[in-house]
Amino acid sequence: MQPFKPVLLEAVGVPDGYTLASYKSRGGYAPLEKVLAEKQPVDVVEMVKSSGLRGRGGAGFSTGLKWTFLPKDHPGPIYLCINADESEPGTFNNRILMEDDPHQVIEGIILSAYATRASTAYIYLRYEYPRSWHRLQAAIDEAYAAGYLGKNIRGSAFSLDIYLHRGAAAYICGEETGLIESLEGKRAWPRIKPPFPAIEGLFRKPTVVNNIETMACVAQIARRGIEWFKSIGVPADPANPRDPGSYGPKLYCLSGHVEKPGCYEAPLGITARELIDRFGGGVWKGRKAKAVIPGGISMGLMTESELDTPLDFAGPGKVGCLGLGTAAVVVIDDQTSIVDFLHNSCRFFAHESCGQCTPCREGTSWSLRMLERIKAGKGRLRDLDILLEIGNTMGMMPGSTICGLADGAAWPIKNAIKKFRGEFEDYIKRTNPSGWMVTDPVPALQIVGAH
Amino acid sequence: MIAQRTILTDEMVAKIEALAPRYPNRRALTLPALHIVNAELRHVPLQAVAEIAAVLGLAPAEVQDTLTFYEFFHQEKPHGTVRAFVCRSVSCALRGGDHLLEHLCHTNGIPPYGTTVDGSLTIEPAECLGACDFAPCILANDDLLKNMTPEAAEAELKKPRARAT
Repeated sequence: MQPFKPVLLEAVGVPDGYTLASYKSRGGYAPLEKVLAEKQPVDVVEMVKSSGLRGRGGAGFSTGLKWTFLPKDHPGPIYLCINADESEPGTFNNRILMEDDPHQVIEGIILSAYATRASTAYIYLRYEYPRSWHRLQAAIDEAYAAGYLGKNIRGSAFSLDIYLHRGAAAYICGEETGLIESLEGKRAWPRIKPPFPAIEGLFRKPTVVNNIETMACVAQIARRGIEWFKSIGVPADPANPRDPGSYGPKLYCLSGHVEKPGCYEAPLGITARELIDRFGGGVWKGRKAKAVIPGGISMGLMTESELDTPLDFAGPGKVGCLGLGTAAVVVIDDQTSIVDFLHNSCRFFAHESCGQCTPCREGTSWSLRMLERIKAGKGRLRDLDILLEIGNTMGMMPGSTICGLADGAAWPIKNAIKKFRGEFEDYIKRTNPSGWMVTDPVPALQIVGAH
Repeated sequence: MIAQRTILTDEMVAKIEALAPRYPNRRALTLPALHIVNAELRHVPLQAVAEIAAVLGLAPAEVQDTLTFYEFFHQEKPHGTVRAFVCRSVSCALRGGDHLLEHLCHTNGIPPYGTTVDGSLTIEPAECLGACDFAPCILANDDLLKNMTPEAAEAELKKPRARAT
């Protein structure tokens, strides 16, 4: 791999890198001034569209294309929501961008608002990031004082307000329509689509929801150009007309059993093995990896032999994972029980299912109860088939839920059992020698009489 | 009828009203209002819910519906002056997060979500705190405690801290 100089993480380690003065000294806000003076909103949409930028929040949808879904000549208001509810287990790149280079994010938001003709942007920030909250608010205040926010930005006809809005510790608020409902003051129940937010979103107005890292990319595309962005990453596969390519730098979050966990910037398409060995200092304690999560827990698992898979938008899907997700790579060493991993995953999703759709609400809690029973030494081989049945039937893909949370809950179940079935069977037989072969229904828990 | 306010102070109402111009309707103030009250009182009792609803022109049930969804705002009694969220999601769990939680609950004599008798500490399991590069980690009020061992965490949680913002 060619040496690669970080761009999105340029400010990390720079003293006072989060201040306006530091950001401007690195060339920040000059591209914004140029855009406001010389370009029309449609030019910015075209720039982002032709850069090939795909949303960094998890779904990987083309950012510029998403913007074009807004109705033409809408009288307004149009809203821009920035998704900073980074809650996918293993993911922390937005936190680093907000803490270490908030102006890069803000410049991206201003450019995106200009492109989408939004005059109000809300940053939906998860509660767990108090430092990001203070850094962003200080940066927003600086930007207002310098005329980059507010009325008639830098003498142009464009005006924009950015408001921070804090969540309250719920994973589902990262789903874009859940985020919208939460911002409106309601429980964060995702909406049935269509209508998509671009047509009817926040406060029933046309809305774009974009991720923090996507905003940082927009700022860098404006500064360095389309050609620069397209020179990084993996070009579209000519054999697959539906592959739009994976361009640009990406922030990979590396954690779990590695020597040096951290957020590392690399061209899209680096392999998990390269990431672990070159950036992470290898699997910790000289051990080997048993499994690796490619992009947040909901993307499933790769086995050791699949670690040469490129981590671009198309890569993880080729080895049965859900996708690149948030590019949060979590390493699980060979001393870890895959049963423990799956229990942890099921516990997370059972806790975070919003409860709106029955297959997800019941499926996630049922799978957790089964994993608890297996861990308690009362597992049966039949349970693995039942778990797979749950995994295969809950989610947007099988068409039984409104949002993708259940698909994310299902993927670790399906991947773990498919790729590590032998380990599950051994565990069950070893811990439940007298009952592993039973196939009768498990009786409901005895209700202890209250009177 | 506007109920007499007994919990929300004029200052809290002023803080809520100061945010009103940001949103096209008052229902969007629900979460900010809950945070404003919770930051002061460390819980949001039912009476406060009714008073927030009166300020925002909503039914108390609408505010309560939102509040209960998040499982974040305590209602029965205030959480401790230090509220410690101990991460139990995958990256922290792989580096001892569950053990850390168990140890802290045991040494402080409280169950998860419990508060010590003196009201100084509440320990809650948390899903991913987004600081997996410092696993296992704890968010204690506004402070991120990084790379915690059980012993280090025990000492850290005895320290007084600025209240959460």
